[in-house]
Amino acid sequence: MIELIHISKTFESGLDQVEAVRDVTIHINHEEIYGIIGFSGAGKSTLVRCINLLEPPTEGTVTVDGEELTRLNGKDLWAARKKIGMIFQHFNLMRSRTVFGNVAYPLRNSGLSKKEIEEKVRELLKLVDIADKETSYPSQLSGGQKQRVAIARALANDPKVILCDEATSALDPQTTSAILQLLKKLNNQLGITVVVITHEMSVVKEICDRVAVMEKGRVVEEGEVFSIFASPQQPITREFIRSTSSLQKIDKLLAEKSPVVELKGNELIVRLTYVQKSVSEPLISTVSRKFDIDLNIIFSDVEIVQNAPIGGTVAIISGEREEITAAMEYLTQKNVGVEVITDARISE
Amino acid sequence: MQEFLNDIIPNVMSKLPTFYQSIWDTLTMAGWSGVISFILGLMLGVTATVTKPGGILQNKAIYQCLDKVINFFRSIPFVILLAGLMPLSRLIMGTAIGVEGAIVPLVFGTVPFYSRQIENALAEVDYGLIEAAQSMGSGPLEIIFRVYLRESIPSIARGTTITAISLIGLTAMAGVVGAGGLGDFAIRYGHDRNQTDVTYVTVIVLVLMVSVIQLIGNYIAKKNTH
Repeated sequence: MIELIHISKTFESGLDQVEAVRDVTIHINHEEIYGIIGFSGAGKSTLVRCINLLEPPTEGTVTVDGEELTRLNGKDLWAARKKIGMIFQHFNLMRSRTVFGNVAYPLRNSGLSKKEIEEKVRELLKLVDIADKETSYPSQLSGGQKQRVAIARALANDPKVILCDEATSALDPQTTSAILQLLKKLNNQLGITVVVITHEMSVVKEICDRVAVMEKGRVVEEGEVFSIFASPQQPITREFIRSTSSLQKIDKLLAEKSPVVELKGNELIVRLTYVQKSVSEPLISTVSRKFDIDLNIIFSDVEIVQNAPIGGTVAIISGEREEITAAMEYLTQKNVGVEVITDARISE
Repeated sequence: MQEFLNDIIPNVMSKLPTFYQSIWDTLTMAGWSGVISFILGLMLGVTATVTKPGGILQNKAIYQCLDKVINFFRSIPFVILLAGLMPLSRLIMGTAIGVEGAIVPLVFGTVPFYSRQIENALAEVDYGLIEAAQSMGSGPLEIIFRVYLRESIPSIARGTTITAISLIGLTAMAGVVGAGGLGDFAIRYGHDRNQTDVTYVTVIVLVLMVSVIQLIGNYIAKKNTH
């Protein structure tokens, strides 16, 4: 659906050159929700603006739905942009127009009659669940409502793609979740390809199918969200994942010598993580029954990503040494990542 | 009533026709040059905004030229403009004196100021809106009319009010080229012949004019702020 090939974007300001995007190649599939994550300044906002040529790339080609946008000029480009909706962090609604007026804005010269435009706008407002605010002005709406209006506006010309530039970063967690669900619904119902730019891993976890991690203008890691979460390769990816998981708190507890993690002679602390999509068995209780060991769960953080559990558990295992070793082998066979954090016998 | 007025403003009452004429002169001068300046100022202000570096039609040459010309005319005191533009006035209007002769210098004195006001008003439009409009496939003309101008109506109304009021101030100097008007009336009688009541009445009329303009401006600005 979207192909970015060897995209680079360099900004020149006087003598300074800023390479915002460096040689990025990405293929985004039809009807996919694709995430691009990175810290501020990583170049993700510039990259997404290269898709609809709000920022024409310095090098490389952009193809959306079979049409090479980087070849288009003037009117052809404006027409192509109508098929690519975009929503923004700060909503960018026009204050002088009502909700209706904002959604109707892109429909002028679309060939629709006044009555058809009215119907279309009402239908869109209904779709994003804000039909009752038709005559309100943006200043009278909450952040979540504004973003809904912006989404309706972006959908006005029946786009095949919708680009979301930090669309939930100015919203509280609850509203964020509601907006993400709405995007997912649009993806499901209308088959729209969604590109999500964010700096929050939780957003990626909640709706994305695949994700690219950006750092200093480059895509350093890309893949299915599940596998990125299960086995992140790059330090920056691990950092992002750590920000959404509580499993790392164990390090803090150990550093603080918390009584929770005080071990007796035959105990050890392990981190068990799901690394493949297949896990659905009740492993903890199976292991404990089968091997005559006890597992004391300190943290557990399991979430469902792409219909498979991801995350894991930090637990203190106690029992006979042979049994523990056998249990850990069994878990490894079942595709669970087993990592011994501290072993009472070794540390003594 | 008549007697009362004769009593307190004898000098004004004794030359009522001249007084009315000077009000009319002020209104025509301000009206004509106001309308022309409004159109030219809007055009130049918009041009400066869109050709600015980073603007939707950025063009360094046009912007730099425009910027310099605007600054040049803004630096010239109006009295000098009045005299200096007489040849140009004669060329455009056919005369360099009277109400017609004042219009060209008034336009030259007002447009640079007004186009800066427009530039400031348009600069208040969040660039995100421009980006959003671009992402919806709007071309530059559509963005100018449906986003820039439309979104900044309140600020444009305020800028126009300030300009209109300063334009009325400028017409007072137009007497230099024999254009008449309230300013000239006040100087000629109120000051030169020491008929202070003429000065007071002129000031009252000017205060009324300015108040009406301010009221209209505020109303438009308020009505378009949501």
